[in-house]
Amino acid sequence: MATAVTVDKDRKYQSEVNDHSKRIMTEYSDQLARAAKGGEPAGFLMISGNCVEILRAFDMHPVFPEVNALQLAIRKQSLPMILKAEQMGYSSDNCAYVKADVGMLMSGGYGPQGTIPYPSLVVCNYVGCNVYVKWFEHIAEFCKAPLYMLDIPFLREGDAPSQDDITYVVRQLEELIATCSRITGTPFDIDRLREVLALSARAEEGWSRAKELCKVKPAPFDAYFDSINMMGPINVLRGTTQAAGFFDFAVEAFEALAAQHKGPLAEERFRTVVEGPPPYPYYRNFRNLFSAWGAVAVNSTYSTVGGLWEWGFRHDPRRPLESIAEQMLVENLTNRSLTARYQQIRRYVEEWEADALVIHSVKSCRLFSAGQGDMREYFTRDLGVPTLLVESDLEDPRYYSEAQMKNRIDAFFESLEHRKFLRKDTGGKA
Amino acid sequence: MIYGGGVDVGSTQTKAIFLNDRREIVGRALIGTGANVSKAAESAFLTAVENAGLPREAVGYVVGTGYGRYKVTFGDAQITEITCHAKGAQLLFPNTRTVIDMGGQDTKAIKIGPAGEVLDFCMNDKCAAGTGRFMQAAAECLGLSLDEIGPMSLRGQTPVRLTSVCTVFVESDILSYVAQRKKPEDILAGVHKAIATRTISLVRRVGIEDEITFTGGVARNVGMVDALQAVLGRRVNVSAEAHFNGALGAAFFALERAERLAAEQGAAAPA
Repeated sequence: MATAVTVDKDRKYQSEVNDHSKRIMTEYSDQLARAAKGGEPAGFLMISGNCVEILRAFDMHPVFPEVNALQLAIRKQSLPMILKAEQMGYSSDNCAYVKADVGMLMSGGYGPQGTIPYPSLVVCNYVGCNVYVKWFEHIAEFCKAPLYMLDIPFLREGDAPSQDDITYVVRQLEELIATCSRITGTPFDIDRLREVLALSARAEEGWSRAKELCKVKPAPFDAYFDSINMMGPINVLRGTTQAAGFFDFAVEAFEALAAQHKGPLAEERFRTVVEGPPPYPYYRNFRNLFSAWGAVAVNSTYSTVGGLWEWGFRHDPRRPLESIAEQMLVENLTNRSLTARYQQIRRYVEEWEADALVIHSVKSCRLFSAGQGDMREYFTRDLGVPTLLVESDLEDPRYYSEAQMKNRIDAFFESLEHRKFLRKDTGGKA
Repeated sequence: MIYGGGVDVGSTQTKAIFLNDRREIVGRALIGTGANVSKAAESAFLTAVENAGLPREAVGYVVGTGYGRYKVTFGDAQITEITCHAKGAQLLFPNTRTVIDMGGQDTKAIKIGPAGEVLDFCMNDKCAAGTGRFMQAAAECLGLSLDEIGPMSLRGQTPVRLTSVCTVFVESDILSYVAQRKKPEDILAGVHKAIATRTISLVRRVGIEDEITFTGGVARNVGMVDALQAVLGRRVNVSAEAHFNGALGAAFFALERAERLAAEQGAAAPA
């Protein structure tokens, strides 16, 4: 039985594409900081099935409080903000994304002294999570900003929303457009929206193509850890020339790597599918625990939180509001039922030829984590897919225990390796 | 003669086992881990060397396991205790398919295949409820030693119902029963039943399949063996070596590697 290999803690994974992502996301952050100082119009949105294209049609800066929170965590600055919110009365059990962002707001992170503009409009575009609804209500209250609450029917069964559901959402989008027009003093230009949607569709095509390339062995990039670096461009910058250009670049880079049989690691020993967000405060440590075993994610559900593009859906300039409504209703991970999530993962495992499923459950989000125990059983027992369930948090560093995490991950890959060895030993009969 | 050594550095105790190439235990050691984990590993190894009556260099390969496995700095490889407990249980009881390991700070349920390979496992998460530490807290609260509580629990006629298996809150729970003049044996029977119930829900996650082997330090507690069997409704295997099971598995892997190395060296030697 082989043991884990040592990984250079400072190694850079697929740095070319990641550096490009970092550059355009830094430009976006700089734009926000300038907007904060200049008092330019900004609209707050949630990542989950977002309608960023509408804000872009009015040249409003889109701000994603989830991104504020995760950036704090990656920079290891989330805990003081979380504690600040807890001192205000937020429960220790509350979502730490919410607490970090609220703590940042209360510490002067928003507005002319900070890096995030005050909202001209708070758009709650995802109502599947009550905590998120309250989060946006709190932001609107604290900033004395108008709140527009979209009601997106949850997709309980089947894959297609009803025509009534689409019409219901389109009517609300029309109201949202009227609200944006009133706030910015800009008339709505449908052609501008169509241009934005065409750029979105180009980025979506590239994102989908990039993920498709991970079917190659070895996968040219890690579709969990490296995908996270691409989630900024696809979710935050979607509808811009920067995002569309980024994905053109990324696809070209990944196609070249695939042709050269190069992956993010020297050797791809295990192909995994990953469910759940990463522990952002220990993002690199967490990645290294998998890299040490030569484990590469070939697909992930977290990368589809904002939108699900790999089954062919694209925003459509010919059906602008209808296609936005469809994306919000069905073409994103969070508005789909748990059984739809099972089937998504199942397709990933089968079509991307994964050896195992890894579930990272997070304390912050009981909505998303509930049912992951059953998910583990479904994949392990019903489908015979080796499944590892580990738990920490996406934002709060207090929930990450490296020793426990490492123990479980090491044991899991030891067992996979042992079984591979036995299969080889018995001519594939074990 | 080729020897393999296994050193299991647990949260509470460090165990070492040496095997000869007939798979016989020739040396062992058990010491408290304490604050200096590297030192504990080294001490356990040296004590086992002495116990075996071997020169140190006779042990051809050493595998470290347990939470402190990376502190076995003199070791040749590290393997998790999950893999080692699975192998150890299969060595002691070859028909084992489910392993329940209860240590100082965690409880594991491991489903294994016929070769002792891990098929699935579950562990308690970030909480010492239902582990050796929980039992220690219960014992201390009643002014008893760990060795006393198992036999005493067997005398309980009407086990109390614990509202929590939290290691922190168990004290207030027990004190409230003491205040109600409940008998210590009934309180302890309740403690063991609560842990067994919690453990079995963990085991159900990997699926209960015969034979079941109970390993780890807590397996020495007859009250826990009895409570597990009562909740499961079936017999569990317990070996006198249960406490050393992780070290035994590690020693087996070490021996396998030492033999492989010896064979490779033999093949490479000039004729």
